[in-house]
Amino acid sequence: MSMLEVKDLSIHFGGVKAVQNVSFNIDSGIVYSVIGPNGAGKTTLFNLITGVYKPTTGEIRLDGEAIHGKSPNELATRGVARTFQNLQICMNMSAVENVMVGAHLRLDRNLVKAALRFPGLKKRDRELRAEAAELMAFVGLEQYVETRADAMSYGALKRLEIARALAMKPRLIFLDEPAAGLNPKETIEVDHLIRKIADAGVTVVLVEHDMKMVMNLSDRILVLDYGKKLAEGTGEEIRKNPDVIAAYLGAHA
Amino acid sequence: MKKSVYNGLYVVIAILLVLPFVMPNSFYLDLAVRMAINAVIVLGLNLLIGFAGQISLGHAGFLGIGAYASAVLPTHFGWHPLLAMGAGAVATGILAAVVARPIFKLKGNYLAMATLGLGIIISIALRNEAQWTGGPDGMPVPAMGLFGFELSNDKQWYWVVALLLSVSVWASLNLIDSPFGRALRALHGSEVASQVVGVDVVRYKVAIFVLSAVFASLMGSVTAHYVGFVSPNFADFFHSIELVTMVVIGGMASVYGSLVGAVLLTALPQALATFEGWETVVFGAILMLSMIFLPKGLVPTLAAKFGKGE
Amino acid sequence: MLAQFLQFLFSGITVGATYALAALGFTLIYNASNVINFAQGEFIMLGGMLAVFFTQAGLPLPVALVLAILIPAIVGVIIEKLAIEPVKGAETVTLIIITIGASLVIRGLTAVIFGKNTHSLPAFSGETPIDILGATLMPQSLWVLGITALVVVVLWYYFNRTLQGKAMLATSYNRLAAELVGINTGWVLFMSFAMSAALGALGGILITPITLTSYDVGIMLGLKGFVAAVLGGLGNGLGAVVGGLLVGILEAMGAGYISSAYKDAIPFVLILFILFFMPRGLFGGKSTDRV
Repeated sequence: MSMLEVKDLSIHFGGVKAVQNVSFNIDSGIVYSVIGPNGAGKTTLFNLITGVYKPTTGEIRLDGEAIHGKSPNELATRGVARTFQNLQICMNMSAVENVMVGAHLRLDRNLVKAALRFPGLKKRDRELRAEAAELMAFVGLEQYVETRADAMSYGALKRLEIARALAMKPRLIFLDEPAAGLNPKETIEVDHLIRKIADAGVTVVLVEHDMKMVMNLSDRILVLDYGKKLAEGTGEEIRKNPDVIAAYLGAHA
Repeated sequence: MKKSVYNGLYVVIAILLVLPFVMPNSFYLDLAVRMAINAVIVLGLNLLIGFAGQISLGHAGFLGIGAYASAVLPTHFGWHPLLAMGAGAVATGILAAVVARPIFKLKGNYLAMATLGLGIIISIALRNEAQWTGGPDGMPVPAMGLFGFELSNDKQWYWVVALLLSVSVWASLNLIDSPFGRALRALHGSEVASQVVGVDVVRYKVAIFVLSAVFASLMGSVTAHYVGFVSPNFADFFHSIELVTMVVIGGMASVYGSLVGAVLLTALPQALATFEGWETVVFGAILMLSMIFLPKGLVPTLAAKFGKGE
Repeated sequence: MLAQFLQFLFSGITVGATYALAALGFTLIYNASNVINFAQGEFIMLGGMLAVFFTQAGLPLPVALVLAILIPAIVGVIIEKLAIEPVKGAETVTLIIITIGASLVIRGLTAVIFGKNTHSLPAFSGETPIDILGATLMPQSLWVLGITALVVVVLWYYFNRTLQGKAMLATSYNRLAAELVGINTGWVLFMSFAMSAALGALGGILITPITLTSYDVGIMLGLKGFVAAVLGGLGNGLGAVVGGLLVGILEAMGAGYISSAYKDAIPFVLILFILFFMPRGLFGGKSTDRV
């Protein structure tokens, strides 16, 4: 059984059918990429699976259990993490605090205990801070630990989002254009980073425009066009698929 | 850097300890007690407005519930003042939760409207139910007794509120730098990001709203006993605005800013007494000018200028 | 029975028309800037107070009325230029507090200049009540309703048939897109404050012969106009008018049949009810929910 099963998924905004009858399965432990021209519905698909949008019709199953219509915070409890195409960093916090928020569900969140500073809580907080700093080192941001988020560069914030998602200790992570807006050197670093994440056993779902990166990392690829599934297969299969070639040549011509 | 946040607490405690001995007369002692009471309310309100990014334009209503619980229940029903205070806080908490849950599922300016409406309804009710509340004239409040010891003079009150204030500052600092506090700040920074890491956004907003409302109610009770009198002005819309202004002028999302805001705005009416007739104009002008030129509030602006954290 | 009902209805729609004008003012500014202008009520107060002042100073009524509309409009523009424009893109809380500050300044200055007494304005065309099925209707009510209706028609024409009006509408739908097609959105903001203040002042002038006025009536009138705007669906012009009339009618009916002491509470109970059960208002407000 696949880890994630998506069946006949659709969402309509008014008259716009942003995603239409899309079905696919993702096996545990692989890197799965979703590609397609701008406006093909890739981010909408992410928003559907991670609970930000509710599907109009269709099913999403995680480990066989229906998750469509569940809220994002419920999905977080099931080990689903994500990053955002348009950065969603908390600019009112420091970098390390942004990462610490990622560990939210693993902590004692009791208000009264926190206000009265119950024994052990501060120690746990210090451990968490160290753990978050390690994660920042893992994504290559060790020099920014105490920096305020609003003082960091775009490229650094992109990686900070990944660190925050990893702090959830997810089983399944959705990365929405992690290399968008990065320079070639940073892109290669993110490429390596995603490989490391996958090697650690996390299933990765990737939306990315950088084809070199997609071909290099992906075990399987889904191609969307105008909200519909155009093709699915290994990198080699996708490269040779005439529909895909036509769509891409059409898009770029 | 993180540890230094608590240094301010020691400064606050030191000031509170020294203050009664350098006060020239009881006028200033009275002012200090009022400042401290407001500071505790503003600390709670700042958790809601500054840290969680949600506004309330009806907090004076909650304060009014606490104040009138402490006036009405002991007077008409012979309740012990502490019990009355607790009942006021519980009632406020329930009311706040009932109102907040549906509202926080909405976005945008709706909370401002709902809290404004709630505050005004409370204030109108207090004015109209004259047989219980004394109507527009208000009513006297029996003295507060603690374990057979009656709080009567300003000095005793001073030490009580100084203790309350110190504990509140300490608890606020603890809360902000905890998983709960980080979740609050995160939902302010990016609601969708906090949701996907597992923060139940509605629940957190409701929790902090209820907490700050209960704080206001408790301090309303304290004010009622301290002043020995309650009037519907406690719950006035204008009073709600004053409290929000204290938060904003001192500095949103700044614990020490809350204290500065409360101190300044409590002193302001005294200072403005010399501008006879012009108080409202000056007060309004201060609101506008500080928002235009110091939108982050005094303490964060000054802190940034001198290159320190909070 | 019927006479009593009609009596409440008449007083309800009369005061409701004022709320409608205030609600239209809220809507104009909200659409142009997403600011909820808490000073809206002060324009209502200012209109009434200035009309009283100018007529007492011996100016002919039409001149007095024009001035009483023009001056609040200028005040509105000054607020926009000095207090709203410099803080573009600020947090909602900041904007709310700025407009509250502005309302305090206007109210305070009015008290200083005109004193704290209650004033009345003579009705525009006599005080002989008209009898309708046993209920009495004051001629001033007809003025209120007639002029409000006229204003609604003019506004409708402006927004749907003139280029300027369409530019303002376009800005409310999408500011960036409006800027890209060459609309001067700064001008739109300017106009929305001027028009909004003028509408408020007009409402204040019309209602003063019936309800009297003083320096502190603005806040309640403004808040009720605000309730009306939310009831109709924040940002929706038609909704604002219907909302205003409904708030006025419900308030009058509530005061008449339930409790006059709680008359002022009725609009606020209504707003809580609306937010709980139909948060987009009757006609669907602008959605602020965009992920």
